[in-house]
Amino acid sequence: MSDQAILSAPGAAAEYDSAPATKVRGYWQSVAYRLSHDWITLIFGAVVLVIILIAVFAPLLAPFDPYAQSIVGRLKPMGWRGHPLGTDELGRDMLSRLIYGGRISLIMGLAPVAIAVMIGGTLGVIGGFAGKVANTAIMRTMDVFYAFPSILLAVAISGAMGGGIFNGIISLSLVFIPAMCRVAETATSQVKNLDYIEAARASGAGTFAIIRHHVLGNVLGPVFIYASSLVSVSILLASGLSFLGLGVQPPEPDWGLMLSTLRQSIYVDPLGCAMPGIAIFITSICFNLVSDGVRAAMDVRI
Amino acid sequence: MSAALDIKPYVDVRDRGGSAQPMLIVRDLKRHFRVKGAGKGAVVRAVDGISFTLFKGETLGVVGESGCGKSTLARVLLHLVEPDSGELVFDGDAVAAPDGISVAELRRQVQMVFQDSYSSLNPRMPVQDSVAFGPMVNGRSKSESRRLAQEILIKVGLRPDLFGPRYPHELSGGQKQRVNIARALAMNPRMVILDEAVSALDKSVEAQVLNLLRELKRTLNLTYLFISHDLNVVRYISDRVLVMYLGQVVELGPASLVFSEARHPYTQALLGSRLSMDARQRVDAPPLVGDPPSPINPPSGCRFRTRCPNAEGVCEAKMPELGAWDGRDSHVAACHMQDPASGHSKAGLH
Ligand SMILES: Nc1ncnc2c1ncn2[C@@H]1O[C@H](COP(=O)(O)OP(=O)(O)O)[C@@H](O)[C@H]1O
Ligand SMILES: [Mg+2]
Repeated sequence: MSDQAILSAPGAAAEYDSAPATKVRGYWQSVAYRLSHDWITLIFGAVVLVIILIAVFAPLLAPFDPYAQSIVGRLKPMGWRGHPLGTDELGRDMLSRLIYGGRISLIMGLAPVAIAVMIGGTLGVIGGFAGKVANTAIMRTMDVFYAFPSILLAVAISGAMGGGIFNGIISLSLVFIPAMCRVAETATSQVKNLDYIEAARASGAGTFAIIRHHVLGNVLGPVFIYASSLVSVSILLASGLSFLGLGVQPPEPDWGLMLSTLRQSIYVDPLGCAMPGIAIFITSICFNLVSDGVRAAMDVRI
Repeated sequence: MSAALDIKPYVDVRDRGGSAQPMLIVRDLKRHFRVKGAGKGAVVRAVDGISFTLFKGETLGVVGESGCGKSTLARVLLHLVEPDSGELVFDGDAVAAPDGISVAELRRQVQMVFQDSYSSLNPRMPVQDSVAFGPMVNGRSKSESRRLAQEILIKVGLRPDLFGPRYPHELSGGQKQRVNIARALAMNPRMVILDEAVSALDKSVEAQVLNLLRELKRTLNLTYLFISHDLNVVRYISDRVLVMYLGQVVELGPASLVFSEARHPYTQALLGSRLSMDARQRVDAPPLVGDPPSPINPPSGCRFRTRCPNAEGVCEAKMPELGAWDGRDSHVAACHMQDPASGHSKAGLH
């Protein structure tokens, strides 16, 4: 077999004896292979999948209308009149509200991160690849935002823009863009001066072709890893905003908001009060663990 | 000789000047880099007034210690780094001049092979795509580029079906270097700049790659600028040799003459400090001592005087000139001892 590998071309000699026809496995294939052997990540990934499915099929799964109030049935315990998890302070079905709340939490977890990847990632690649002036302009602007703790920044922007899901998404996106930009910029400037970029330039390739073929593939990894770790942060921050009355507004069934409104009943119904918190905790920790697993699988030295 | 390699007759429609017109004429090329934290206006004189001629079909070896500006010279020649001043004439056309040849066109005819390192090939790209990338961005279709890449992989001795789909980390150093050579050749260049192209390879693999380069040069009518810090390698492959010291040319001449009758004390010292198995090749010169001085504030006069056993007053006062050279056989050195009129006490002894 190995003899076949040697062509009778000049200089081709014994070196190829050591070149068996190994199965060729690409980078993403090797990442998938590693993930398929990581049980913890697989299990928590399954939980994430279940959470997503529940959110998507909420109207089919929720036993009651999450907005239907009942003056007589307030703060009832589990199992009361067919309410599996009881009712909240306005007599609405707890389980239905938790199920619908997952929708909002997932949107608040994913949308700002996706927006930040697109805007921050693009700015970072431009900043990393462009000359000194453009780089300085972009990165110093980002540093201004970077200087504030993220929760403070989110509160400030939301406070200025007013509540609501849309404004919440905008403010969280603004919080994540600078960090995302920095990750993309670092990854880009690391590959920018490598020999293969120089060789691509020497073969007459334009900046756009170089970025598309040689830079993006190396930037997407770090950006994706960082983005996946931001999802749980985004869910937590969004809940925090809602809790403070700056994000999702009543009567929407949002976990953070539920935590805030149920807070007054903590001595009457401590278990009911804890439920949205538990939902936030489980969702964010599952996303976090999956993100860790993906990071480990992608961190292949090649 | 393989059927895969067909020998082209020596006609190239791109050959404008004919065989007497040098492939590349370099005149007084300069490139300084600003350095931070070394005082105001401090610069590294990476390439500091280099002139030479590269004739068609030859291999010109460039030697010098690490940091003397060899890679910068290579990059400036392709305008990957802009020159501060100086003139480049490629096959009779001034580079980047209004009536000359554009940088883009220059890059279609001159390619570069880098040292095999972790960064010479995109780790996320199958090597056949790396080879096909150049033709593709120059307007060829994807399938055509890929077919071309496969042909060229054969030329460098790699079976395309076996090695083409692999990623760089699945190849040995020698195989990767063959891919790097294939990538340069995919552009069908007339001239190739090889910057430390075999320096990272084991000795046995190095010899194979050098032989491959020689063979390719013959079959494809290439002209090489072969940069290396390894004198033995340069001697093996070069027709002529250029010796660099701190951004300048100190000696230039036919390889056989430079290695047998080195004229510059620096070249003599380099030859004296190399390891040679062959006693006849050993040169009776004191080996090189110490590190080269900083290129930020190079010594006045002759830059080598701080390490030269023959340094005198004139060496400090005046920078020696390389002198005039006219053809492939000229052998010149930038040393006051070469010039009887310089006032050096050993002048004219050689
Ligand atoms: N982009 C750059 N910016 C600043 N200094 C540089 C740059 N490139 C090279 N140099 C400096 O120029 C000198 C020559 O470097 P180089 O051409 O890489 O030498 P060689 O290839 O002979 O080892 C070195 O002192 C190096 O530090
Ligand atoms: Mg170098």
